[in-house]
Amino acid sequence: MEESKKVYWKGIEQLANNPEFVKHAHEEFAQPGPEEDLGHSRRDFLKMMGFGVSAVALAACEAPVRKAIPYVNKPLDIDPSIPNYYASTYTNGGDYASIVVKTREGRPIKIEGNALSSVSKGGTSAQVEASVLSLYDNSRLRGPFKRGGEKKEKITWEDLDKEVGAKLGEIAGKGGQIRIVSNSILSPSTKAAIAKFTAKYPTTQHVQYDQVSAYGVLKANEASFGKAFIPSYDFSKASVIVSVAADFLGSWISPIEFTKQYAITRDVTEEKKEMSRHYQFESILSITGANADYRGQIKPSEEGTVIVTLYNLIAAKAGKPAVSGGDEKIKYAAKAAEDLWAARGKALVVAGSNDKSVQILVNGINDMLGSYGTTIDTAVTVNYRQGDDAAMAAFVSDVEGGKVDGVIFYNCNPVYDYPQGDKLGAALKSVALTVATSYKEEETGAQAQYLAPDHHYLEAWNDAEPKKNMYSLGQPAITPIFKSRAAQESLLLWAGEPKADYFEILQSNWKTWFYKGQGDFQTFWDKALYDGVLELPAEPAAAVAFAGDVNAAASAIASTPKSAGFELVIYESGNIGNGSQSNNPLLQELPDPITKAVWDHYVTVSPKDAKDINFSESITKYFTIAVEGKSVKLPVLVQPGQTPGTIGVPLGYGRTKAGKVADGIGVNVYPLVAMVNGSLSYVLNNVKFDKTNEEYQIAQTQTHNTYMGRQTVVQETTLAKFQEKHWDREFHPTVSTWADPKHKVAPGEMAIWKGHEYKDHHWGMAIDLNTCIGCGACVVACNVENNVSLVGREEVIKRREMHWLRIDRYYSSDAPADDWRGVEVAAENPEVVFQPMLCQHCNNAPCETVCPVAATTHSTEGLNQMTYNRCIGTRYCANNCPYKVRRFNWFKYHDNRQFETANPAMNTDLGKMVLNPDVTVRSRGVMEKCSFCVQRIQAGKLTAKRERRPMNDGEVVTACQASCSTGAIVFGDINNPESKISKLLKIRPADPERPHRVDKITDNPRAYQVLEEIGVKPNIWYLTKVRNKDKDATKA
Amino acid sequence: MSSDSRFVPLVLKTDTEPNMNRNFISSACKFLSLVFVFAFLNLTSNAQEISKEPAAISAGETLFNANCKACHRVKSKLVGPALQNVYDRAPSIDWIKSFVKNSSGVIASGDDYANKLYNEFNKTQMTAFSSFKDADIMNILAYIKAETEKVAVTQVPNGPVPPTGGGDGGVSKTYLDVILAGMLLILVLLLIILGFLVSALKRFLDQKELSEEEKEVVHSPITLGTVTSSSGFIFIVVFLAGALGFKAVINGLYSIGIQQGYAPKQPIAFSHKIHAGQLEIDCKYCHVGVMKGKSATIPSVNICMNCHNQIKEGQQTGTGEIAKITAAWENKKPIEWVRIHNLPDLAYFNHSQHVNVAGVECQTCHGPIETMDVVRQHSLLTMGWCIDCHRKTDVNTKGNAYYDKLVELHKEKSKTPMKVEDEGGLECAKCHY
Repeated sequence: MEESKKVYWKGIEQLANNPEFVKHAHEEFAQPGPEEDLGHSRRDFLKMMGFGVSAVALAACEAPVRKAIPYVNKPLDIDPSIPNYYASTYTNGGDYASIVVKTREGRPIKIEGNALSSVSKGGTSAQVEASVLSLYDNSRLRGPFKRGGEKKEKITWEDLDKEVGAKLGEIAGKGGQIRIVSNSILSPSTKAAIAKFTAKYPTTQHVQYDQVSAYGVLKANEASFGKAFIPSYDFSKASVIVSVAADFLGSWISPIEFTKQYAITRDVTEEKKEMSRHYQFESILSITGANADYRGQIKPSEEGTVIVTLYNLIAAKAGKPAVSGGDEKIKYAAKAAEDLWAARGKALVVAGSNDKSVQILVNGINDMLGSYGTTIDTAVTVNYRQGDDAAMAAFVSDVEGGKVDGVIFYNCNPVYDYPQGDKLGAALKSVALTVATSYKEEETGAQAQYLAPDHHYLEAWNDAEPKKNMYSLGQPAITPIFKSRAAQESLLLWAGEPKADYFEILQSNWKTWFYKGQGDFQTFWDKALYDGVLELPAEPAAAVAFAGDVNAAASAIASTPKSAGFELVIYESGNIGNGSQSNNPLLQELPDPITKAVWDHYVTVSPKDAKDINFSESITKYFTIAVEGKSVKLPVLVQPGQTPGTIGVPLGYGRTKAGKVADGIGVNVYPLVAMVNGSLSYVLNNVKFDKTNEEYQIAQTQTHNTYMGRQTVVQETTLAKFQEKHWDREFHPTVSTWADPKHKVAPGEMAIWKGHEYKDHHWGMAIDLNTCIGCGACVVACNVENNVSLVGREEVIKRREMHWLRIDRYYSSDAPADDWRGVEVAAENPEVVFQPMLCQHCNNAPCETVCPVAATTHSTEGLNQMTYNRCIGTRYCANNCPYKVRRFNWFKYHDNRQFETANPAMNTDLGKMVLNPDVTVRSRGVMEKCSFCVQRIQAGKLTAKRERRPMNDGEVVTACQASCSTGAIVFGDINNPESKISKLLKIRPADPERPHRVDKITDNPRAYQVLEEIGVKPNIWYLTKVRNKDKDATKA
Repeated sequence: MSSDSRFVPLVLKTDTEPNMNRNFISSACKFLSLVFVFAFLNLTSNAQEISKEPAAISAGETLFNANCKACHRVKSKLVGPALQNVYDRAPSIDWIKSFVKNSSGVIASGDDYANKLYNEFNKTQMTAFSSFKDADIMNILAYIKAETEKVAVTQVPNGPVPPTGGGDGGVSKTYLDVILAGMLLILVLLLIILGFLVSALKRFLDQKELSEEEKEVVHSPITLGTVTSSSGFIFIVVFLAGALGFKAVINGLYSIGIQQGYAPKQPIAFSHKIHAGQLEIDCKYCHVGVMKGKSATIPSVNICMNCHNQIKEGQQTGTGEIAKITAAWENKKPIEWVRIHNLPDLAYFNHSQHVNVAGVECQTCHGPIETMDVVRQHSLLTMGWCIDCHRKTDVNTKGNAYYDKLVELHKEKSKTPMKVEDEGGLECAKCHY
């Protein structure tokens, strides 16, 4: 057979056998293709990349060139790195606080209370503390605008003045009506400016309204005493306080002032074993109710009944005729009346109702109790709430009826926060001239033709008269950031003044009004400016005669129809308030003192009414609330303490033009507020409340509501027990020793650590659970002072809020202590305790022992130090912390687009101006926690060293302590026996021979430490809560 | 001051410590009252006699350095005339007092001597020191007189403060050389002894009966080749090379971010050598924040203009560089200096703690700044560098009541002076928060 000679060609080239093919025939691979022949092989790519990466890495080693740019002409008062403090005045509508503004390099960075004011007495609130961030709100108007059609266009101030002036002239020429609408105005100089405007345009009427009206109180006083006013209340003089739905610690009239006064009566020591007794009758659980000794659950429709009942009970004792109505079965009413009568002259009854009839009866009760002249001062009237509901209603109907030709909205937002806002907003389109002067556009500005933005209050000169003869000066702490102009100047310019400088006007007003030739005026002015306040002697209180018609009032109350369906309470929450500052993320992320909800709007219901809602992990259902033809949909929040059959909805949500932060959260419930008996009523009857199937998760920072009876966490007693001769706390934890399990010793006596020696200072803190009302001002103050990141709703749901200081709010339970499942459930009408919880700066700190990189260590002054730059983020410390106060940075919250809305203070150029330059902004992956404001400690020590003297007590004040209106937080050096904290805790060294050892003994019987039995030896002591209850009182 | 002065609000409370000037003025005052009593008792001549008391001289020196030195020297002419013998030269002591307090007033009054002086110095107005008391001026004169006379007697070299640190001058150089030479000698001797040993062993082995292979081993020559190819040698070389390489990499990594020696070009060729070195202007005259704040502060243009209102021509750069300052002043445009000393944001450093409280010289950290035409970063500015100093440095507790208790407690336990370390100076939260 012939061998097979079959030949396979590799290709046509082989067949053709061309020379090129022959030359390369022995090579395994053919020539590379043309596209690979560009000198950029895959290997080259990798080589280039490797080189590139290392080159970039090397280049990165070169530090960037940084500039240092000094002033051209350094202002005398400003030294870089040294803070300046200016006394000023916070006003927001009718809310007031005398403040001290801390500025660094010309930027306000922190607000604290001004102790020189006898009105606010150094107190602040969460709203005041947070207002510094509102200054740097990105949604502020950059300058004046004019609205042509739907679009708003920039305009110069000159043009705006010309156009507005011309239009006003035109309106005045044909006799048209002009209105200036505002909230309560505290500033006498502003009122003078408005008066000048009115003089020029005599058809002008000034209409004042309040977001939450107290018109009923004004009318009732007019009926009782012949003059519409709100008197000064002095809770500090009251030994029995009865409040019927008045949230005087949270929102009613002047909470900062009342909080200060209230705390004085709640403070107990071994020397002063007396405190006020506080009864609260209310439907929702307010912060005031949470602090009450006896809390009666009523429906809103029963507010009048409670007052009538109290009136009749006290009238019987006073020998006065009873009025019709009342219900003696109301729980605690008889007891309250008994106590009130016993404390005649030291008693105070207040009611939150805006119903004139209820308030007349309240006046009647106070008159019988002799409160006028003692706890109520009618001579020193207050100006916080001057709103006239009738005038405002007339204004809205005038605008609707086309009777008004020009409206100037002076720093107010009625389109959002007046119940008839929708109607007003729609009707404004047909008004010839509409101007808004608010520093932001907001809902009302969006309907106005001209936007003439005022300064933020921190940029402006102003004055205030919160109370009669108590004056307050506001000075700018920063030059205006944008092209804004004082609204008073605008008014005067539009009134035809050739030139207006509000500062000069203010100064000359003060010269005419207050300067009586004592010394030269400059000295007088400088002192007023330095103090921030000017207080003229109070006029002697004239005896007032109560002349209210109590019978008519009682019958008006009796005629109030009883409710068939649910009853609704519309209230101001403890964080957002009336919504004027709701674009402030500090407030959005501040947990409401009671519900602990953040970033969310909700409707509160009693656990009884929410039986079929499994409110675990805050997962809940939407409900519809329908009343008088209006309907809103909100998720339900189950609220222990809420009266069954009632629901509560906070105000301040549902903003549409507030800015990125607030817009779109919740619904606006101002439109639900109704006009009843001539004043606005924030309670509504016959509400339809229906479940939907839509699910929602509310962001809450605390979802476990009870402390399960663990006295190691919260210790409390009653005043009756406390007054016993040798009172001691019920609970003293002990531990067994190694020698014998039966041999028990105090946990402090044993330790596996050697302990510390604090030669210089030993910083400690005492927190009085009795005076802490849970308001949350300290939380905001801590956030601002320490550049604490805000994280937003989603992250809070994941339990990643960054707050260094939280306030744990615990409810009591009805279940017996051994029913472990039962004690998790809060009582129907629980007792409430607020416990501020922050790093306890343990002397045997469990976090320190587990850190693998020694990023958290102990200082020679007792501080548990956290070193961010050393932390590698293992989170062992947080796991080992018994108090759960260490917070981990899961993200880079600064310079991160994702957090721009929630955390503008670290993500926008404007917002960053608020950061405290002395505190590092933490990055991703590190742990952080309370530092005891170490920057303030260091600054205080340095000042003492520079002045070559020992440190004085009170020189270092932590941010939380400074913000605490009630003085519940005391911080200081417990090595110094003369310090306030040493005296309060009655501290002494355990071993007198070695006074600098860590071990200290407190002789104050109320002082205890949380989780004392684990032997971590915290540097924070809590003072046992004392409730003013009868000795045999069982759980309320 | 800003023209719009209504936006310069009143200071309520400032975190500053009492002005230093006020401090020494007050102490000077206290002292002066003494001097006056003295003078009063010795009413031999008149009250205008210039004191020779050392205390007056030193008080005067402090005042002179803080206030006068920017423009005057005792021996040489600067912006203003040399001040030696001014007390004899000027019409009267009273004249000097009124001129210092209000020179323009004296000139305007038509005083001959004052006008002559004014014209001689290109109509340069002397700053009015209205806050000076007569006693202050007498103290300054006392200092001037002392200086005038002292300089005539002995020429004391008044060099800048030498940079501190590193001074372990215990062993002299020749002594070290002797030791080195001795050790070398011993090494050579050792080699020779080893050589002898090897040949002796060889001889001993040759006498024995050895196999061929063993003989080969014994006689195999020790050449460079055999040494270098031995595994031991290779191991040592590789190990050394590896270790050195590793060290080099580590050193390289450690140097990342360290800018020691960083001396960038500045927008204005400002020379510390001239200002701080030759003219001996006090550092605090320009760096005003150094005693009271975290930041020493780079001087604002108005401080430069205090002198450069008059001085328009520099020694090294002529008029060009100074013109930049004037331009910045006139155009109200700040000068963008390049920052040399950059601490990371996570580290807190406060100048007043170190300069005011501890009394650390500027040169301790910033090096011989008075010799630098262009400022460079002298120190490492690493944490190790900080810690090292905190370990070595004694706390300046003298006259500072803050430390009294600490010193007392420290003395109970230790005989060495209290270091910064003993006071918690190495703790994290002293610098990181």
